[in-house]
Amino acid sequence: MNRRRVRAVLYQSALAAALVLVAWYFVSNTAANLETRRIASGFGFLAREAGFEIGESTFIGYGAADSYLRALTVGLLNTFRVAAIGVVLATVLGALLGLARLSPNWLLARLAAGYVEAIRNVPLLVQLFFWYALISESLPGPREAFEPVTGVFLSNRGIAFPWVASWVPFALERPRLEGFNFTGGTALTPEFAALLAGLVTYTASFIAEIVRAGILAVSRGQVEAAYAVGLGRRATLRHVILPQALRLIVPPMTSQYLNLTKNSSLAVAIGYPDLVSIANTTMNQTGQAIEGIAIIMAVYLTISLGISAFMNWYNLRVALKGARR
Amino acid sequence: MRGAIVLAGALAMNAGAQAQTTLDAVKAKGFVQCGVNTGLAGFSQPDSKGVWRGIDVDLCRAVAAAVFGDSAKVRYTPLTAQQRFTALQSGEVDILARNTTWTITRDTSLGLNFVGVNFYDGQGFMVPKKLNVKSARQLNGATICVQPGTTTELNLADYFRARKMTFKPVVIEKLEEVLNAYFSGRCDVFTTDVSGLVSVRGSRAPKPDDHVILPEVISKEPLGPAVRHGDDRWFDVVKWSLFAMLEAEEMGLASKTIEQALANKDPAVQRFVGASGDIGRMLGLDNRWAFNIVKQVGNYGESFDANLNPLGFDRGINRLWTQGGLMYAPPIR
Repeated sequence: MNRRRVRAVLYQSALAAALVLVAWYFVSNTAANLETRRIASGFGFLAREAGFEIGESTFIGYGAADSYLRALTVGLLNTFRVAAIGVVLATVLGALLGLARLSPNWLLARLAAGYVEAIRNVPLLVQLFFWYALISESLPGPREAFEPVTGVFLSNRGIAFPWVASWVPFALERPRLEGFNFTGGTALTPEFAALLAGLVTYTASFIAEIVRAGILAVSRGQVEAAYAVGLGRRATLRHVILPQALRLIVPPMTSQYLNLTKNSSLAVAIGYPDLVSIANTTMNQTGQAIEGIAIIMAVYLTISLGISAFMNWYNLRVALKGARR
Repeated sequence: MRGAIVLAGALAMNAGAQAQTTLDAVKAKGFVQCGVNTGLAGFSQPDSKGVWRGIDVDLCRAVAAAVFGDSAKVRYTPLTAQQRFTALQSGEVDILARNTTWTITRDTSLGLNFVGVNFYDGQGFMVPKKLNVKSARQLNGATICVQPGTTTELNLADYFRARKMTFKPVVIEKLEEVLNAYFSGRCDVFTTDVSGLVSVRGSRAPKPDDHVILPEVISKEPLGPAVRHGDDRWFDVVKWSLFAMLEAEEMGLASKTIEQALANKDPAVQRFVGASGDIGRMLGLDNRWAFNIVKQVGNYGESFDANLNPLGFDRGINRLWTQGGLMYAPPIR
């Protein structure tokens, strides 16, 4: 018994030592190679002027005179923006689809099933190209933009719509065509719209299946009992099925939220300036690929662990007391 | 993703491989691995039979002719603008011949050595004719398609900043995708080196006549092949392969006439073709290295005429210095 424990400790320390050795080998080798080739290293470049423009910057201002750090922050915020809106919309659409698939209405259930099977079996990248082409090729140029509602313009520059110019006194500003493009109001770019549409429709198809599975996992007896005490269909769904289904749904939903966030990095293919896109540009302008990849990995790891932590906390809150495992 | 793979390669590079020079490694493996553009007509693009053609491709072939006496011993790695430097740094390619601008940042902190210039270029703007734009100064507020990680992207920002104008960039890595965005009207303007604009207009535009290239050239873009920093022997081989093509044009030696030049009594020609002296051996190559380049690939002018003339390129400043251009090779002696 004792010898076995000693052996286990020995094996594990040997493994740990081997791992450290391998890591040390790679790190020192890389440093030596960078040195021989005179490739710059370190994170000093972050403070230098970036010198390139970014197509859209949501919450903070940015210009070519700003630093690489600020450029990367803009990319990070753009990632957050599409991921946050995407998670909310995908959850809503997915839940509706999941319910629709269980609907007694034959047509509705079949349509939802068709949606799920079609969307989740086509690679997301292909869908993004589809959405992007749909927006940029089928819509007219800004000078011939559609105006479905007064002040809202659809063109291959995106959707321009009125926006608050000042709160007090409250005033709306309408977009108007000036020179090459619309100014005033606000606009969703085709890149953002295509990425959001792709991420939402794709992730929703998985969420629909999770919701359906969660509902089906609630035992049939519960529903029958609810009907027996005189609850209607709607009340049964709201007070009996959904609260129990939610507990089953939360853990797999976490994976879908993580997937959506990580998939947002496909933005680079259609030109939405997310973190990966900006980091790629930075790597190429500074030649510091190792630092750039390290930043990308650290950021995605942090975001993913953050989402996981939040979902775990939420899961513990909604889980049945005593049912924790 | 490819960046990450290349990066993994960089991390795994064995320190032992460093001791061997690229020339030895190339000789041992039997071919030159050349990083080229994914498809830019005139510079590097596969033809209808899948054979790579272009002036960048010819440089790779010249090096193979110099090293092996056989210009076919090249393997090509198509690289996007973003992949190119990592591919060279990590040793995935031996030469980067991918219409790449020589700048001080790339020469120093990126760990590259540019061997020279095989095309003098400058950045320009292309717009659809129907926008009726006559000058780059009218581009305030325009949406501009550009590829990331290029000097183009930086010059563009500089140009607009200096003139207090604004623009919206649409930045897509793959040339095909960024061109789709421009041709579909997502952008008002496409910007890259003028050579790229001419090439793209001639080879990719649905109707070439619908697009105009604006008169302003906003930067200097000396395009040239690069090798890794710290390997002088290989640097010499690639550099002098380029110079040999220029020198051959200046001496009037072409692929069709080089055989007769073997009998030429001019001592400079004798040295060039390897009939006298030991210049090839000084490079660590066969003495007929330059003869093989001209015989199999041709001189610089032949390469220019074959690849760029059909697309409507003007030789312009890429003429030899003797004809008022900038192309000049140091003496081969």
